[in-house]
Amino acid sequence: MLAYIIRRLLYALPILLGVNLLTFALFFMVNTPDQMARVQLGDKHVSAEAIEQWKAQRGYDKPLFINTAENSEGLLTDTIFFEKSARLFVFDFGKSDEGRVIGADISERMWPSLAVALPTFIIGISVNIVFALFVVMFRASVFDTAAMVLCVVLLSISGVFYILAGQYFFAKLWHLVPISGYLGGTDAIRFLILPVIIGVVAGIGGGTRLYRTLFLEEANKDYVRTARAKGVSETAVLFRHILPNGLIPILTSVVVVIPSLFMGSLLIESFFGIPGLGSYTLDAIQAQDFAIVRSMVFLGSVLYILGLILTDISYTLVDPRVRLS
Amino acid sequence: MNELVSVMNELMSIKPVVLWSDVLIYILVVSLGLFFYQLSKNPLARQRWRTVFHSRAGVASFIVILFYLLIALLDSLHYRAPLEKTEGSDEVHYSQEVHSLLDVVLTELRNKDEKTYSAPFAIYSFAKENMQTDDGVVYRDFPRLANAGQHLESAAEHGMDIFVRSMKALLVAAFISAVIIGLHIAWRKRQHSLQSGLAGVRTLPWGTIYLTLSVLVLSCCWVLELSKVYHILGTDKVGQDVLYWSIKAIRTGVLIGTLATLLTLPLAIVLGISAGYFKGWVDDVVQYIYTTLSSIPGILLIAASVLLIDVYIETHPEQFNLVAVRADFKFLALCFILGMTSWTGLCRLLRAETLKVSQLDYVQAAHAFGVGHNRIIFRHILPNITHIILIALVLDFSVFVLAEAVLSYIGVGVDPSMASWGNMINEARSELSRDPVVWWSVAAAFVLMFVLVLAANLFSDRVRDAFDPRSA
Repeated sequence: MLAYIIRRLLYALPILLGVNLLTFALFFMVNTPDQMARVQLGDKHVSAEAIEQWKAQRGYDKPLFINTAENSEGLLTDTIFFEKSARLFVFDFGKSDEGRVIGADISERMWPSLAVALPTFIIGISVNIVFALFVVMFRASVFDTAAMVLCVVLLSISGVFYILAGQYFFAKLWHLVPISGYLGGTDAIRFLILPVIIGVVAGIGGGTRLYRTLFLEEANKDYVRTARAKGVSETAVLFRHILPNGLIPILTSVVVVIPSLFMGSLLIESFFGIPGLGSYTLDAIQAQDFAIVRSMVFLGSVLYILGLILTDISYTLVDPRVRLS
Repeated sequence: MNELVSVMNELMSIKPVVLWSDVLIYILVVSLGLFFYQLSKNPLARQRWRTVFHSRAGVASFIVILFYLLIALLDSLHYRAPLEKTEGSDEVHYSQEVHSLLDVVLTELRNKDEKTYSAPFAIYSFAKENMQTDDGVVYRDFPRLANAGQHLESAAEHGMDIFVRSMKALLVAAFISAVIIGLHIAWRKRQHSLQSGLAGVRTLPWGTIYLTLSVLVLSCCWVLELSKVYHILGTDKVGQDVLYWSIKAIRTGVLIGTLATLLTLPLAIVLGISAGYFKGWVDDVVQYIYTTLSSIPGILLIAASVLLIDVYIETHPEQFNLVAVRADFKFLALCFILGMTSWTGLCRLLRAETLKVSQLDYVQAAHAFGVGHNRIIFRHILPNITHIILIALVLDFSVFVLAEAVLSYIGVGVDPSMASWGNMINEARSELSRDPVVWWSVAAAFVLMFVLVLAANLFSDRVRDAFDPRSA
């Protein structure tokens, strides 16, 4: 097991290197630091000195890959690639173009993100499983058809509309919760209720439909038929046989997103003014702060790969037939 | 008659503008036509399509999608109108604004600007203004709109007028539908009597088809009739008709849904098949590429790339002489990037399916006969994995339409000058916090987008059921 995990982590290195090279190429070769400086400084202040100064302040004035001016030690290390990209591997994110320490910002903003994403994730899955089970209980009936139509309708509505409608009715019209904002400590709950509810509701359509299919797949298997044949009641079949076995594919399929919960949701966080990583990223995108965007891309990839590894491990935990090799 | 002549004259003097996305969408339509023609020769595929179109939901959603596609195609023939000639110069200058054939159809909607917001069907403006009576007394009230309800003497006739016009539209629509359906039924009767020997052949659900067509005809008639004298969906902040902009946004939605997949489809097909077919180091490289790409959070990759395109446009202004050309460049780039984030999934599926198919006996037999790689791939493997491509195409469509709205909201979507539902929703944030609330433009975007996405979802469900052996 341990050897497998270590091997998987080593296997992740070339992928992360690829991500790193790709973002590096996007940010520094397609779009040179000169152009970045020009856009950041605006049309008014553009002069050769201003651009040089802007680049020097942020360490963008070095060669891209190989610094021929330096001796053997600085040949590879005193370059933009090493300074800005290679350091990400040890989670040293450096400073943003505005001069703030990105690492500190991330560790501070991670918690509000998690405070929204974790409850949404857990409640969302539970609600979807309950609904799916309910639909499966009445499978091949009018209720089943109606529920599936409702699911398609729900998943055809853009997430933005759920947020707009939720904010309008719950916050503006009925004054049940604040429209947006965030406070630390227990006060946070008031601000979190609406985003969590909306996150859950927006996922019901797709989730219920998917889980229903998984449960139905289980319901058509031989052991379920055998259970019915030997006289087990329909409720017992559903809760003792279909539910536990149907949960396996559901739980293993959601494991992959767990690490990414740290990244938060761009949309929800920005609409509700929650100071998490999602809105942090969005602010950086809108301010064209490439240093932050690059760090978040790297962090996102790391968390995704972590999720893949966790998925593999969870398979072995729930299904002893699967051997890691 | 004179009107017709002047329209013809106008048509002769215009300057066509060909945008890249226009070319692509027409290529797409033609190749889809060819694809279906090829498919119709394949009995198995015909059987499967028959199950799609024999379901009521499948055929109804298909007609709705066709309707949207038709609007998008009309909106993809662009031109620049000539400007009035200046004194003493024979040179013709063309307007900087690019219009499309759809704009000609909707001329009445386009040219009826108000000053600012007005509610749907309103005849008074949304904001109070200072006005003067004839004897010079200044008072403050809601002014009448410049282009809505001009023919009404008083506000009392308002409701009745809407009702009368709706009834008129209903009658016209009923007449048109009746003629079309009547003719078609007569034609079917004749066909039927010709092949009366073929009893028991299931026919398409014509009732549903007629109903869908009638509803579409009715909504077109109603919109055209009432939009002559009212702003059916009100006007936006700068007084433009919301209905016009939400119809214009259809092109953006339909194009992003189709082009995003199609632009990167060759990449997915070539890499997926070669990985599954050649195995070995090719497989390793392809797997490495798609794992790397798919491990980057999609939305961040899109945002980063769109930022770069913005920078490119800002630093190369000379390449984009028209606003429409700039918007189109950005739009295509967005489609491409959206495709880049999604082709990895399709590539993975194609690789797995190719692995499976290339182990089958007839492929092995072809190998034994010494058939070349190209021939095996094109004759034996490609036809057997097209259903996966097809399912991915229809499944991704609705995903991209929805994604556009989110991306435009974040500010990394289509150009703000381009009509799109995302841009309309973006505006809605400030409109919903006004008092009284301005709800109509977000409602318009919601309805038009919802109908398209719902139709696409229903259709893709049917296609998946028919073509995916696993889900059956």
